[in-house]
Amino acid sequence: MPDNTVTSKGALGAAKNADSADNADILHADHPPYLRHHFNSAEQQADAASFAMWLFLLTEVMFFGGLFTAYLIYRNWYYPAFVAGSHQLNVVWGTTNTFVLIFSSFTMAMGVWCAETRRRKGLVLCLTLTFILGLCFLGIKTIEYREKVEMHHVPGFHYSLQSFLDPASNPEVFKEYHDKPLALDMARHTEIYFSLYFLMTGMHAVHMIIGIGILAFMIFRARAGAYTAGHVTFVENFGLYWHFVDIVWIYLFALLYLISRHQ
Amino acid sequence: MSEPNEHAHHIVGPGVYVAILFALLISTALTVWASFLELGFWNPIIALAIATAKATLVVLFFMGVKYSTKLTKLTVFAGIFTFLILISMTLSDYISRAWGSW
Repeated sequence: MPDNTVTSKGALGAAKNADSADNADILHADHPPYLRHHFNSAEQQADAASFAMWLFLLTEVMFFGGLFTAYLIYRNWYYPAFVAGSHQLNVVWGTTNTFVLIFSSFTMAMGVWCAETRRRKGLVLCLTLTFILGLCFLGIKTIEYREKVEMHHVPGFHYSLQSFLDPASNPEVFKEYHDKPLALDMARHTEIYFSLYFLMTGMHAVHMIIGIGILAFMIFRARAGAYTAGHVTFVENFGLYWHFVDIVWIYLFALLYLISRHQ
Repeated sequence: MSEPNEHAHHIVGPGVYVAILFALLISTALTVWASFLELGFWNPIIALAIATAKATLVVLFFMGVKYSTKLTKLTVFAGIFTFLILISMTLSDYISRAWGSW
């Protein structure tokens, strides 16, 4: 008899709801306030959040992976153009930025430790240092971009081939690398190098800007003691994101600045 | 209510982080120094090997994968593996094509 079944199910469901409503106070007292009811324990909840964060980072790996693959293929095709393009980058600024970002990863890791060991002041300090170092990175990147604008190395209508057709016209770079002039068709392919340079460092910078925004929010919340009362998932997951952005830069630095210095 | 965060989660201390910081700083100096040497074919290989070593340190210690659950380890490994498939198969395709016909 189908009617009967439905009724009995409904009655059972109602009874369950009433039961859990009665016990709600007791149930809430049993667990920390941040534990969602669909998890068995705080540990399971933390593991699930960390797993989800890693899945998101995998999509990011594939996103940047596509850019890296494109870079390697084009570098293989238009090798002389990519070497000449790379010689226009400033290794000193690139190295400084690598140090800045490694320090910011360290302060972020220390921030996670402060949250885990419930040090509110330490956490605020670490997050603030990470925030400042992130801004330093973007500041240095701005100096580099400005250099490219002045040299007309930004792809587009104002792109200039002068540095590649006549390398001696740029004495600062020439005295270091003694580049030979490129033929016109190869020189034109330096525009692809700079397109990829701006696309890759630009996407990386976008990630930095998003991270810095979230850091500002976290500093605000951390001052109120939000992450030093046992629930550290947000800080930990943001740490994963920040370290990931650091790793992307480690590879960008090697691929864009370093590997073509001697060719 | 006892300490709510006292679950099995492993907390990595500042000592480890400082050691990793110095390892990363030294390897950055090393890779920049190596890029000034005339090593021909080996220059890009050394630069990418040092970058990979640095990335490994960041993943294992700063991101705590060394101390994480098996699920996380498997997830990270699967991601790197998929990325290697993307890059190695694409590049082997392009490199093994007849030159000049693209």
